[in-house]
Amino acid sequence: MSDMDEMDDGSGIVKKFMFLNRKAPHGTVYALEGLEVVLITAAFDQDVSMVFTDDGVYQLLKGIDTKGIEVKDFSKTYRALDGYDIEKLYVDQASMDARGLTEDDLIVDVTVLSVDEMANLMAEQDVVISF
Amino acid sequence: MQFGILVNEGPYSHQASDSAYLFARTALEKGYKVPRIFFYHDGVYNASRLATPPQDDRNVGARWSKLAADYGVDLVVCVAAAQRRGITDGVLGDNFRISGLGQLVEMGIQYDRLVTFGD
Repeated sequence: MSDMDEMDDGSGIVKKFMFLNRKAPHGTVYALEGLEVVLITAAFDQDVSMVFTDDGVYQLLKGIDTKGIEVKDFSKTYRALDGYDIEKLYVDQASMDARGLTEDDLIVDVTVLSVDEMANLMAEQDVVISF
Repeated sequence: MQFGILVNEGPYSHQASDSAYLFARTALEKGYKVPRIFFYHDGVYNASRLATPPQDDRNVGARWSKLAADYGVDLVVCVAAAQRRGITDGVLGDNFRISGLGQLVEMGIQYDRLVTFGD
């Protein structure tokens, strides 16, 4: 159950929102601020999917330690996503392969998709926001 | 057709804000609706009235303000992103307002298309 107050735009419409995470967790602010949009969207009771592709797969890497670069470590937030009813997490197989990663390297349970499967999933969405 | 527009980059250092402006203006000129434009990440810098670019260049902030005045577009700056970057009510250009991310989510729910400009 979410600890964030349920929000409502008054329309009662539920759309399929996909958040496409393409960038490494640190180095730019996109992953951190993107995550804030994901949580708010879930609080609006929308149908949320998160996709991790390209360097975005590094966002889910185990053992992230940001002490040396003196920035906030928001890695724990990914583990808390199911508390916001965000359970559809997908990673791109080719992006994992290119970086020598497997599901065992990730901090959360994900569904690994081929490029074709990802394209189909994307085609089903109403809104795709890329960070 | 109603378009929502999301601007994710600051002015001048990145083309995203110019492209977003040209897209929005063209859509409005052609009779489409653009009820709201949302500024996120470094996009919040578009809202600063403190910018004084050289006179022989475009004034990005003033251009947004005029678009809002001409067509009644709601220019919304994300409060969390703005606070990180020192964009407060005191430095907002005309017709910009600061509000929450819920305003962005609403655009996705209510409009026909949400178009993102950024990296």
